[in-house]
Formats: sequence, C-alpha cells, structure tokens
Amino acid sequence: MKKVVASANAAVHDIHDGAILMLGGFGLCGIPENCIAALVQKGVKNLTCISNNAGVDDFGIGLMLKQRQVKKMISSYVGENAEFERQLLSGELEVELIPQGTLATRCMAAGYGMPVVYTPAGVGTEVAEGKETRTFFFNGEEKEYLMEYAFEADFAIVKAWKGDTMGNLIFKDTARNFNPLMAMAGKITIAEVEELVPAGSLDPNFIHTPGIYVHRIFKGSNYEKRIEQRTARKRME
Amino acid sequence: MGNLNFQIYNFQIMLDKNQIAKRIAQELKDGFYVNLGIGIPTLVANYIPEGVSVVLQSENGLLGMGPFPFEGEEDADMINAGKQTITKLPGSSIFDSAMSFGMIRAGKVDLTVLGAMEVADNGDIANWKIPGKMVKGMGGAMDLVASAKNIIVAMQHVNKAGESKLLKQCSLPITGRRCVKKIVSELGVFDITDRGFELRELAPGVTVDEVVAKTAGRLVVEGDIPVMQF
Repeated sequence: MKKVVASANAAVHDIHDGAILMLGGFGLCGIPENCIAALVQKGVKNLTCISNNAGVDDFGIGLMLKQRQVKKMISSYVGENAEFERQLLSGELEVELIPQGTLATRCMAAGYGMPVVYTPAGVGTEVAEGKETRTFFFNGEEKEYLMEYAFEADFAIVKAWKGDTMGNLIFKDTARNFNPLMAMAGKITIAEVEELVPAGSLDPNFIHTPGIYVHRIFKGSNYEKRIEQRTARKRME
Repeated sequence: MGNLNFQIYNFQIMLDKNQIAKRIAQELKDGFYVNLGIGIPTLVANYIPEGVSVVLQSENGLLGMGPFPFEGEEDADMINAGKQTITKLPGSSIFDSAMSFGMIRAGKVDLTVLGAMEVADNGDIANWKIPGKMVKGMGGAMDLVASAKNIIVAMQHVNKAGESKLLKQCSLPITGRRCVKKIVSELGVFDITDRGFELRELAPGVTVDEVVAKTAGRLVVEGDIPVMQF
C-alpha cells in the first residue's frame, strides 16, 4: 500500500483541464494551501470547483480565480472576493450557489454511496427551480423536501492536521468543516497534512477519516493559515 | 475662528442594535441550544440573562462557542461562522459540516436568531440576495430557516429610504417560506401568526401610529400594548 507521495506537485500531477474538484475548508480555515499552490503553478484550466467559499483575492481559491483557471464554482457563500464578483458579473465565471448544509450533505451522500438526499433547505426559493420535490411526514410534521444529488468529483483535495501512512486522518478544531466529507467523496482523494506519522502512531479510536477514502497523502509545508477576521479581547490586568 | 457646524440630532427614541439584542436575549431559556447569525444576532450572546445557561452553535462545526480569544492567542483553526477567531469552552464539541446541519435539520437546535432584509406577514424571509447587486450567497441561512423550530428575526423596521421592510410579500428572492415566528425591530416586538404581524410590545417612546405608518404588511394591534422592558 503506497499512499504517501513526496510533494503537492506529485499529488496533483494528473489533475487535468476540465476536472471536477472538491476543495475542503470554510473560508480560509482548513484549506489545502499546498495543493492550491501546486494547481496554480501547474496552470490547469476549466476547472469546476466545489468548495464552500471561493477564497479571498490573494489567497485560497482566489489565487486560481485570478489566473482564470476556474470555469465554474459551486459554493454556498462567495463574499470577500472582489475578483470573483467581477468575473461573475461579467459572465466569465459560472456560479451555482447552494445552501451550506445541502453542499455538505451532497458530499456526505457520495461518500456513503447514496445517489440522492432529501432536504427542506431551499424549498419555495430559487434553489428549488427545476428540482424534484416530495412531501414526507417525518419528525412529527408534513413537510416538502427537495431532492438533491450526491456530488461526483474527479478529485477531492483536503487538509488534515495529522495523517498516517495508511491515509487515516485527524482534523483539528473548526478546520474540520467540509474536509472529512469531501475526503469521502472523491474518486481520487488527496490529503495534505501538517504531521505525517507512521501507521500505528494514531489511536484508531480517534480517526475522523478512515484511510480507505484517501488515495494520496503528503506532508504539507509552510502553512500560512491566514485569519480572515482577527477578533480578540484585551486581557484584564 | 472657523465656521461653527451645527449638527441636527435625531431625538426620537428608538432601540439601537444592542437594545434589540438585549430584548431578544430575554427569549433564551436555560438549557437552550442556540444558533446566532451574523450582525445583531451575534450581540445577543452579550446579554444572556443571569441564571440562564445556553450552548451556542456555530454552523461551521462547533457547539459551545466561547468568547473572542485574548490578544495574541488567536488560532486560525478556531473560527465561527462569521470567520471571526473564537474560543472553545469546557464541554465544547467539534464536528463536520454535515453533522452540523444534521442537528439543525433534525430540530435539535432550540432557537435560531438571524437578520433579514425583508419579512412578509406570512413568515417568508429574504436575506440572501439582491438581484444584480449582491451575489454573496446564502451560506447556511436556507438550511437554518427551513428547519429551525423557533426563528427570531432581528431587523431594522424600515430601510434607509424610510420604506417598510415588514411587507405583505417579499420583493427580494426569499430564503425560506413561512418560517419566521417573531421579529424584534427598533420599533417593537411582533409575533407572526395567521393574521399577520401581531404587535406585542412597543419600544420605549414609539407609538402605535408610528408602527402602523411603518408597517406595510398586515398588522394586528389589539388592546393595550405594553412597553418593552429591559
């Protein structure tokens, strides 16, 4: 079993023009910084990116947008990015906005082998246009639900805190977010980790993502971990 | 001597955003799991009544959200749904985004407080899109409003042009339908029922006539309306 690759470049070597990618992270928290840098360097184009956000102008997926590598974004929230907004309004970039929970659940469904899920999010709104609905009596009430398809991504790219040579992953704090869900959903899943340890070093009881879902793993480096909104309080003397 | 600039002050007494938050905080009950949206709703956490213990949910994957970290202790891996650096508390738990919205969808979260651009008198809410102008997205708002048992909206009653934001029908694309149960605006507290916006409390100094003039949707005013207490 050889999952460990030497570098981000090696991990993304076969990501091709037109590929459908999932990228983990919420805002700039828990994003696969090393793989994004490698994709920018590689210059692949016409990508469809499934990611909760689109980075900021000069970091995260924003770096790929700047180079016009992205054809379509599927996200729930895309503020904080002027270049994104410009490309969207000019029609250069296709954008599908979907509810955050729907995005997460469509990743989860893929990893659980289920083609569809039903959710009440978006019923009666623009999001429901053209989608099949069904009414269920569930949880004590009759309610309308939207049918949403599981995502099918060529590559899922995630960032974890610790990983082992078998591809088992552990995430830290709110950097977990979409990462374990997307890890389950890629035809090929690439994990970059802050600490890569030999199999046997991690307690199996505390694994978040079992290695079966992970195809390539490498130790990332030079993490910037930018903070979007630095909020703090003064220490009382 | 330079010119003297005379400033015109608006002496009308209306609630500021902290007072709106303070009034909403009175709705919190001991043991509640609460999701607070961005903006005024976030301020509710500053006014949790004494003797009431609640757990704050942040939909990016945290139960038991604590205060901002001390200066120098900010951690990029520890943020809330507004991407602000925050802290954990004893008893906090961390989970992925599917589970986070799973607990919302399953009705485990007792109260959701969020902002709105418009609310209709049937409980429809619009807060995610201004066509041709704002294209930021809905984030978790559509999931929250579709599933929360109890939704309180903190909002401005009128827009900058003085037009009502409590409407017969939303003019903006809606986020969810028939979901808002209660509104706290700078003018008062309203329950949304089959009859429309039912005025429950007036903000200090606000008259019923003013509420009538500034509410475009169906408004129900019955009996003596008490003044909001803090």
